Amino acid sequence: MDSVEKRSRLSQFSASILVNSLYEMKNYPVVLVNTVLSPISFLLLIVFVSHGALIGEAVQGGFIMSMFGAGTSLQADLSHLKNDFKLQDMVVSSPTSWMVYVAGMAASELVYSVPALAVLAILAFYFVHMSPAGTLLFVAVLFLVFASSMAIGYTFATFSTDIVQSFAFSRLISTLFSTIPPVYYPITYIPLPYRYLAYLSPTTYAAQLAQYEGGYVHISPQMFAASWIILILVAAILFALAGSKARWREK
Amino acid sequence: MAGSDRGMLKCSRLTKVYSGARKALDGITFSVEATGIFVLIGRNGSGKTTLIRILATELEPTSGNASFGSMDVMGDASLLREKIAIVPQEARTVPWMTPMQTVSAYLMWRGMGYGEARRRASDALENLGMSHYRDRLNRTLSGGMKRKVLVAAVLSSDAEIIFLDEPTTGLDPVSRREFWDLMKDIEGERFTFLTTHYLEEAEALGDRIGMLEAGRLIRMGTLDDLRRSVRHGYSMSIPAGQKEVRISVSEGEMLKGADGTRILTSEDEAFSISRELIRDGVKFTINPVSLDDIFFYLVSREREENAGNKGEAVEQLRGFGGEEEQA
Repeated sequence: MDSVEKRSRLSQFSASILVNSLYEMKNYPVVLVNTVLSPISFLLLIVFVSHGALIGEAVQGGFIMSMFGAGTSLQADLSHLKNDFKLQDMVVSSPTSWMVYVAGMAASELVYSVPALAVLAILAFYFVHMSPAGTLLFVAVLFLVFASSMAIGYTFATFSTDIVQSFAFSRLISTLFSTIPPVYYPITYIPLPYRYLAYLSPTTYAAQLAQYEGGYVHISPQMFAASWIILILVAAILFALAGSKARWREK
Repeated sequence: MAGSDRGMLKCSRLTKVYSGARKALDGITFSVEATGIFVLIGRNGSGKTTLIRILATELEPTSGNASFGSMDVMGDASLLREKIAIVPQEARTVPWMTPMQTVSAYLMWRGMGYGEARRRASDALENLGMSHYRDRLNRTLSGGMKRKVLVAAVLSSDAEIIFLDEPTTGLDPVSRREFWDLMKDIEGERFTFLTTHYLEEAEALGDRIGMLEAGRLIRMGTLDDLRRSVRHGYSMSIPAGQKEVRISVSEGEMLKGADGTRILTSEDEAFSISRELIRDGVKFTINPVSLDDIFFYLVSREREENAGNKGEAVEQLRGFGGEEEQA
């Protein structure tokens, strides 16, 4: 790829970020408040109910929910731009490839999450104590959570036909994977028979690894390894599905 | 790229069958030089949008192929996408963006740097008389203005082939005519493939016109070609709901529809029938044959042929050239 082509890709990537986050944040500043509310509200709830005992786990849970939410928002936003504005049709008939478009849109969701991540980072600085290696592993966990939800989001977006259907899917996925599972608190708080159900969600493994790195729970080396393998496998499988099932040019 | 490099737009037995076995395109074959403005007319559901979406590399055909010069729409999509741009039928401006942001973002998706995109966007909006609105939110603009923003986006690009799918649907008559003026201004610079169901739009803009009905291309040519396909020069319309009159048409053609009777005939007979209708107090209009008349006739004939009512169709053909599909 020559430098002109690289600059061109960068422009295409930046266009998605401008349209889907920066222009919206600039022209409708109220959305900045909205992005912060969801993860912070759950965090406050858990902290109040636990009388402050679970603040570290809740802050980590806020990060996980933000990253998963960024992926599910990608689904709603892609669908909105495709079905309601036909913007994706205009981009399909342009030199932008689907990979650059989706990567830009995914990045725009991260930009959109920056206010929430900034608040959580400040809270983490005070209430979560992890080693540098543990912090790196936590960031890797967040990346895998985002990658998985992004793949789910893109695949669903290509099949959804209207915004009502799309938002319904988005809320359903978000509830199933980031609200119901034990993301904001240790899994041991869930009675045993239901604990097995919680393990159906990849965010449970993500939270478990994060809580282990933060020193809030102890897990066996086998469970540690299994959690990483499951997170990586889920992300890989979802990406493969997105690549094979999602449509850029419609059939 | 010079016009000659774009070559011909060729479609060969292009067919599209959607799930549920709905056939949107039925073996369309034609070729046309990729210069000027080509207008595809047809009623709602005739297949216009399906065809334009296939040509703009958005939709796969079920069978058949299409190409611009040496570039195949399916096989060379990446290459072709460097040269094409489209404003889809139901495209809308994003409400939280301004015209300036809309046009410049589109240009960035086409690979331009931020600064260059902003400069081009500014020029394009100025050329369309929209400088005053460039920094207002799209949601505050009128329907016509929003359409202009999208058209400005594709026109400000380097695309040599522009697809506009029903660009004036929903616009008021003044905005529509402004759009026509704009299209006439840029004519010749690139190839524009435009669909519409406004026949006066096709007459005003089309260098060449194609007529689509039920997924089949029923006629194609210049406006003069299409006019020549009708032997008689005058069209009379008698709206329904008036007293019954017996009209004898010896030289022309009489087509009856739910909304009234249409007569296509010679100048002499048209004036002779006019006198009778005036004498009987029947309201009617008389005009030179328009694209509307040609389209009305050809669609009627196509329907009758499809219904297997060939005898009647042949009878109604009296007075018409009866040429088949032509390029």
